[in-house]
Amino acid sequence: MKLRRSMLFIPGNNPGMIQNAGVLGADSIILDLEDAVAVTEKDSARILVRNAIKTLDFYNSEIVVRINPLSTDFGFEDIKEIAKVKPHALLIPKATEEDIKACDDILKRIEEYERFENNHIKLFPLIETAYGLENVYNIIKASDRVEGVLLGAEDLTADLGIKRTREGEEIFYARCKVASACRAFRVDAIDTPFTDLNDYDGFVEDIKKAKSIGMTGKAAINPRQIDTIHDVFAPSKEEIEYAKRVMKAQEDAKREGKGVFSLDGKMVDAPIIQRADTILEKAKLSGLL
Amino acid sequence: MEIKRIAKCGTFESNDIYVIVEPNSDGGVEINLESIVMKQFGEQIKKTIDETVKSFGIKSIKITAKDRGALDYTIKSRVETAIKRAL
Repeated sequence: MKLRRSMLFIPGNNPGMIQNAGVLGADSIILDLEDAVAVTEKDSARILVRNAIKTLDFYNSEIVVRINPLSTDFGFEDIKEIAKVKPHALLIPKATEEDIKACDDILKRIEEYERFENNHIKLFPLIETAYGLENVYNIIKASDRVEGVLLGAEDLTADLGIKRTREGEEIFYARCKVASACRAFRVDAIDTPFTDLNDYDGFVEDIKKAKSIGMTGKAAINPRQIDTIHDVFAPSKEEIEYAKRVMKAQEDAKREGKGVFSLDGKMVDAPIIQRADTILEKAKLSGLL
Repeated sequence: MEIKRIAKCGTFESNDIYVIVEPNSDGGVEINLESIVMKQFGEQIKKTIDETVKSFGIKSIKITAKDRGALDYTIKSRVETAIKRAL
């Protein structure tokens, strides 16, 4: 299990921000070649990001590169240049099933040519259109490289022609759909960033809402969002204690030859044990155990 | 490879370097560098620029660079982009 609670966007043409990204503590860093880069600077950002990955130490953060959409002149050029330096993954904007298959094909060829191991470079489809949302299951299924999905609510609501609000009720369906499809394939469901940096309470509520629906992590647009995201996604003390007791009770039941057992008067079966196991694993990875 | 036109890359922000490349009518590689760390790293920056130029097999070029404390990876990137834009 790879801990992927926070994915921090860093503009791909800003050397100062790129070289400091590794010390910010995000689980993943997304070096952005798309929205953060002016059309006239796509070539310079691509070269800068390529050399940064080749040269810099990003410590424990995994490196993901958001390329330009494959429907533009820049998308395939980005893949050809960036894949050579072996990032952990590529983030594919406005992803469709066809895009993911096309990325898979080109990565396969590059990996063969560069003699990288097969399927080394992973993919994260960015779901930010109504078409992409309705096809999210098939998009994940399109390649074994898909390790997670990122929901992009700003573009999605623009595509739907609806207003984006602080409460986020308008993306409830999208969050549920993405979380459920991701869970079906056991990949990560990364929630859309919260863009108002001055609204701390709204930010915390937004993360909690996403977590309660089944999103497993959240994108960040500013380093100061990272700790809050990690805090909310970390298992609580109570959850950890309960999980420990479930595992202990399971051991006792096994010794006594019982299949199903009860704890605090409630029946404990396989799904509860599985949840307890996941909580303890997450707690371990978060340094809480 | 031959430098055919003037091209630029980079910014004046800290940790970046602004690079202008142009054809050199006198021939050879001419580097004019201005840097906030000229005393400590001037020679090293010039060497990095020179090596990047040579990796493209370019023999005649004039480079003007204004450095704001860029690391090697940024210097190489900005020079490479400016050269590719000038070909």
